[in-house]
Amino acid sequence: MSAADAIAVLLFVAVILYAVFGGADFGSGVWDLTAGDDERGAPTRRLVDHAIGPVWEANHVWLIFVLVLLWTGFPDAYAALMREAALPLWLAGLGIVARGAGFAFRKYAPSLRYARLAGIVFASASLVTPFFLGAIAGAVASGRVELAGDAAPFEVWLGPTSILGGILAIATSTFLAGVLLAAEASSLDDHTLAAELRTKSLIGGGITGAIALVGIPVILTDAETLADGLLGRGLPFILASAAAGITTMWLLWQFRLREARVAAAIAVAAVVAGWGVGQYPWVLVDEIEIDEAAGAQATLVGTLIAGGVAIAMIAPALIYLYTLADSNQVGVQPSPTNSKPPETDR
Amino acid sequence: MLASALLPARNQMAISLGWHIILACFGMAFPAMIFVLHRRGLRGDAVALELAKRWSKVAGVLFAIGAVSGTVLSFEMGLLWPGLMEQYGDVIGLAFTLEGIAFFMEAIFLGIYIYGWGRIPGERHILMLVPIMAAGVFGSFMVVSVNGWMNAPTGFEIVNGEVVDIDPVAAIFNSAVYLQFLHMYLAAVMVVGFTVAGVYAVGWLKGRRDDLHRLGLMVPLLFATIASPIQPIVGHFAGQRLTDEQPIKLAAMEGLAETESNVELELGGFWNGEELVGAIEVPIPGLLSFLSANDFDATLQGLNSVPPEDQPPVGIVHIAFQTMVLLGTFLALLATVYLFLLWRKRDPLENVWLLRAVVVSGPAAIIAMETGWITTEVGRQPWIVHNVLRTEDAVTDSGYIWVSLTVLVIVYAAMTIGAYSLLRSMSRRWREGETDLTSPYGPSEATRVREPVA
Repeated sequence: MSAADAIAVLLFVAVILYAVFGGADFGSGVWDLTAGDDERGAPTRRLVDHAIGPVWEANHVWLIFVLVLLWTGFPDAYAALMREAALPLWLAGLGIVARGAGFAFRKYAPSLRYARLAGIVFASASLVTPFFLGAIAGAVASGRVELAGDAAPFEVWLGPTSILGGILAIATSTFLAGVLLAAEASSLDDHTLAAELRTKSLIGGGITGAIALVGIPVILTDAETLADGLLGRGLPFILASAAAGITTMWLLWQFRLREARVAAAIAVAAVVAGWGVGQYPWVLVDEIEIDEAAGAQATLVGTLIAGGVAIAMIAPALIYLYTLADSNQVGVQPSPTNSKPPETDR
Repeated sequence: MLASALLPARNQMAISLGWHIILACFGMAFPAMIFVLHRRGLRGDAVALELAKRWSKVAGVLFAIGAVSGTVLSFEMGLLWPGLMEQYGDVIGLAFTLEGIAFFMEAIFLGIYIYGWGRIPGERHILMLVPIMAAGVFGSFMVVSVNGWMNAPTGFEIVNGEVVDIDPVAAIFNSAVYLQFLHMYLAAVMVVGFTVAGVYAVGWLKGRRDDLHRLGLMVPLLFATIASPIQPIVGHFAGQRLTDEQPIKLAAMEGLAETESNVELELGGFWNGEELVGAIEVPIPGLLSFLSANDFDATLQGLNSVPPEDQPPVGIVHIAFQTMVLLGTFLALLATVYLFLLWRKRDPLENVWLLRAVVVSGPAAIIAMETGWITTEVGRQPWIVHNVLRTEDAVTDSGYIWVSLTVLVIVYAAMTIGAYSLLRSMSRRWREGETDLTSPYGPSEATRVREPVA
């Protein structure tokens, strides 16, 4: 395996982690958006606050890694992507700013009006941002991003596979977040909310599955190189994703929420991995392959070393963060000075 | 290429960087101040502990908008300057990768720290600040190193128009990075120290004379007053690098039109397009030559030694530099007075004029930092990478950067208003005795928050 291949793997691992962790984050915003008015939606919104409050910033660093690894490892492909997909990238960037600021501002909001405004900004940006990111992925996967292209602002991200990518990103994120939030609610002993989210997640899972099925003919006709890859070496991942998705539904049905969230995360990770493996060895499909696109060897090696150090440092820290954020389940009581989510205040 | 996007792209980059860097300062310097208070708190000072807790919540808000505005910058590097990233993305990529890692550590441990109040035992909890502080220093070094590289590019060769022999480590440790980083780090300490102290100075002047305000004023002010007198010295040496490596930037800062030896130092004044008018001459012959090259007779290169298309916009650079020096001098003097009072065992909080100066020191430090960045960035023009790549050759050919610039201005203005009103309300609610600051998601909660708490 060349250094360029290794960087590509590292890059794609970051993409997968962003799809799972960032996706769960975006999806939580969608549930926040659809939770209902102030009174009815309050339990869901408090749950979202509690669930992603400590982790959302870390969840989005994956995206920065994706960008940085792309420009470090494959500068020409990066520059081409930035030119061809400029508009959806701008919109995704705007969405990330809006949701981050909205979420952070709502946490200590001084009044209901302020909370409402910040909450709407956060939640609606959570809905649209994954669309743009997914559409960019779809554009790359269907060979729309050209190395020396001259795309119009509304071009590459509005192809059939691009739109499919955008919709799938929203659907999978929402499904994943629904399962995670249901498990979180149940662990906080809010069984009403857990049951409600479980039902909604079951519906969401059905819709996601339907979109995936509709997507098959789209990819077969619109993205031939990707289709070959997905039916070739990507197939095990796609089948694994389908199996994990069905397992998630079954576990949800059985009220085994904590297990369901693992299965849901596997389903998302596997489908994204399938895309990556299916697209190999293209960086930009039908345009430039990994070896041609690779940047300077010294930089690739340096980045790999840095990546190794990063994994050694970040992994334990991240596990500690997630364990801590999850620790209400092992009976650690927050002190009274900390804002804790109300159990059931209705 | 028709560089129609050049002006809006430069403005957009300037606004997004100039906005983000204030928050980056908090990422670099604020955790150390929280650490001091937290440590005091663990030794039994309940006020210090409460203050550490509050500041960690403030840090949470600032870090959040710092993180998203930083993400915007990683988009803008490519969206605005594809010509830079295409050719040099792999030269400066390692620095950005390392910065990304540092930022990740910062995000994780800040999450842990803020969430850890009441959940992690105190002795272990305070240790969570250590990686935050370390990552803040390390990450900002990497970012500044990229800027240093743009001023003093190294770590590659250009053969037949191709960038070859790339050495990313050499690119990081370029000749400009060390002093530039030190200059920036001290600036961050000054910005945060003076701004936070200023907030509590306002409270003190309004008659809120309690331990909380005393501590909230004196701890950050001590940080800032240690940094301020050192800053001009570091700045001096950072400037001396320009004499040989970027003489035209230096000439623009000082408003030096012609190449001369034994140059006098002129303060203030305006650049009328050809020469400096209305400046005050310091009556020491050759002072500028001495300051720039340690030799009163040294020859300094003037702007006219290069063709007009290789000169930066002198007016902006000159006035920005003069403003930075003026404000930096004020802050260094303020710091000296403060440290003198402490040394003479006087209570600085008894001195109303000193407190008033502290109130304005925050904005002064911010303006000094911003004008410093304007000096170095505009002074480097027309180059994005000094003597290697022109900004007009790096900019995107997209025709709608005016639109993204407008949207960015609106969004950042909204974020500024949102953050300011939020911090004000947090402070008000703390004063009213709330500790929780729970978010009012339901109407019943809202009424509770609106009522003053006894």
